[in-house]
Amino acid sequence: MMLEFQDVSFRYPSDSYSMMEHLHFSVEEGSFVSIIGPSGCGKSTLFRLINGLEQPQSGQITVKGVPISKLKSYAGFMPQKDLLFPWRTVEENICLPMELQKADRAAKEEACKKVLQQVGLTGIEKKYPSELSGGMRQRVSFARTLLTGADMLLLDEPFSALDFFTRIEMQEWLLHQWEQMKKTILFITHDVEEALFLSKTVYVISKPCPFSSLERIDIPLAYPRDRSALEQPEIIHLKEELIQKLRKEAVE
Amino acid sequence: MKRHLPSLCVTVGILLVWQLIALLIDAAYILPSPLQILVRLWELKEPLFCVHLPATMGVTILGLFISVVLGLLLAIAMDRSEALERALYPVIVASQTIPTTAIAPLFILWFGYSIWGKVLVTILMTFFPIAITVFDGFRSTKREMEELLLTLGASKSDIFLKLKIPTALPNFFSAIKMAVPLSVIGAAIAEWLGAQQGLGYFSKRMMTQLDGAGVFAPIVLLSVAAMAVVAIISFAEKKIITWRKEL
Ligand SMILES: Nc1ncnc2c1ncn2[C@@H]1O[C@H](COP(=O)(O)OP(=O)(O)O)[C@@H](O)[C@H]1O
Ligand SMILES: [Mg+2]
Repeated sequence: MMLEFQDVSFRYPSDSYSMMEHLHFSVEEGSFVSIIGPSGCGKSTLFRLINGLEQPQSGQITVKGVPISKLKSYAGFMPQKDLLFPWRTVEENICLPMELQKADRAAKEEACKKVLQQVGLTGIEKKYPSELSGGMRQRVSFARTLLTGADMLLLDEPFSALDFFTRIEMQEWLLHQWEQMKKTILFITHDVEEALFLSKTVYVISKPCPFSSLERIDIPLAYPRDRSALEQPEIIHLKEELIQKLRKEAVE
Repeated sequence: MKRHLPSLCVTVGILLVWQLIALLIDAAYILPSPLQILVRLWELKEPLFCVHLPATMGVTILGLFISVVLGLLLAIAMDRSEALERALYPVIVASQTIPTTAIAPLFILWFGYSIWGKVLVTILMTFFPIAITVFDGFRSTKREMEELLLTLGASKSDIFLKLKIPTALPNFFSAIKMAVPLSVIGAAIAEWLGAQQGLGYFSKRMMTQLDGAGVFAPIVLLSVAAMAVVAIISFAEKKIITWRKEL
């Protein structure tokens, strides 16, 4: 298993209610897993726990069987806002993780060059983030996430701020990236179609606060995928089902 | 150039009106005209440029330098320690309402005519605004960016060097640009109160001689010097802050 939540309970100290209780779930190595749920239900909090920004009150989180407290650089986190540093060029932004890992200069330059090529950004190394479009910035942010060197990528609604067409383009791009690298991706979204199109497995946060399990849905589609796959009757059915589920939760 | 045209017109307009009124009053010891001041500036160029301007700029720059160093240290200390921030920040903000000019004579009393009394006045005028502005810059650091760095394994000093300093850099420049005129004023006031040289002292001496244009000439020089320093700092700022500020 890439990631396992074992009996994890968590409550923000400032909140009076628990966010999750005795939560159990796991993610297989190399898979593409989406976590979907209404906003405010605690999706980002899951990532905060995995990143070690919050500590669970009880239970344990392990990556490849090792508790995260014993690990370093096990997850690459890509936040919802790209959070590129405006005073750094694209290149300097991308190199940030390696810079913090005290990588030597030559290694940094080589890795940076390679990743820029891989994500299709050659030629904009020296530009500042303010000169880039939203889609480009997300690519840069993704490249920075890749250079953490982690096998597991945590993407928190990375495309939610993009316009419709850029979003579609980025989804296809991400899928392509994933197929090439064989990393494990955890992808938070509140967009049902996005989750269906991208993931191998979708986890639905089935009951708002406190939740103790994620409802697992395996998507019956092979890779590589095409947008037209979303038109298949069983996928349309699945989509309706998911929307109903999320809607009910939102009302409650 | 086009951008500065309106303000240039206003300046010229004011000078013209001033010249006109001065001509009407026709008493240079009450209101010297701009032209008379310029002429006097020229006549007094020797003592002004060779003795008094260097003296004042010495006080200004020394005071400013000490203020920047101390202000930065205080800002960093308050950023490091929340206890220190809670203890000092409100006091510093409140201290801004104390009229420095009113307590300046005290320093002259303590330190006599030595340079340190004057330097202390300029420090007092600039130290706190610098500390507050830079500290506010540190505090405007985005928490999400800090957390991102934490997930990348950053240490406290990484966060300080790679996030807080660049975030606060624009504030740092604003602080200095604001402090330059303040420290010039501080130096001039201190010289006015008690000194044997400096533009403030010179202006006061001219006052006792009822030389209106002579009172104004060093003040004009003082303003121009302050503007020049601010211009130099703005230039450095443009060279260093090459990125566009984002919200
Ligand atoms: N850093 C935090 N400190 C305290 N409470 C928080 C924090 N982050 C989120 N919360 C609370 O947890 C709730 C769920 O947050 P979040 O995990 O961001 O939900 P989601 O990502 O699903 O929209 C929020 O409504 C908020 O009240
Ligand atoms: Mg969220």
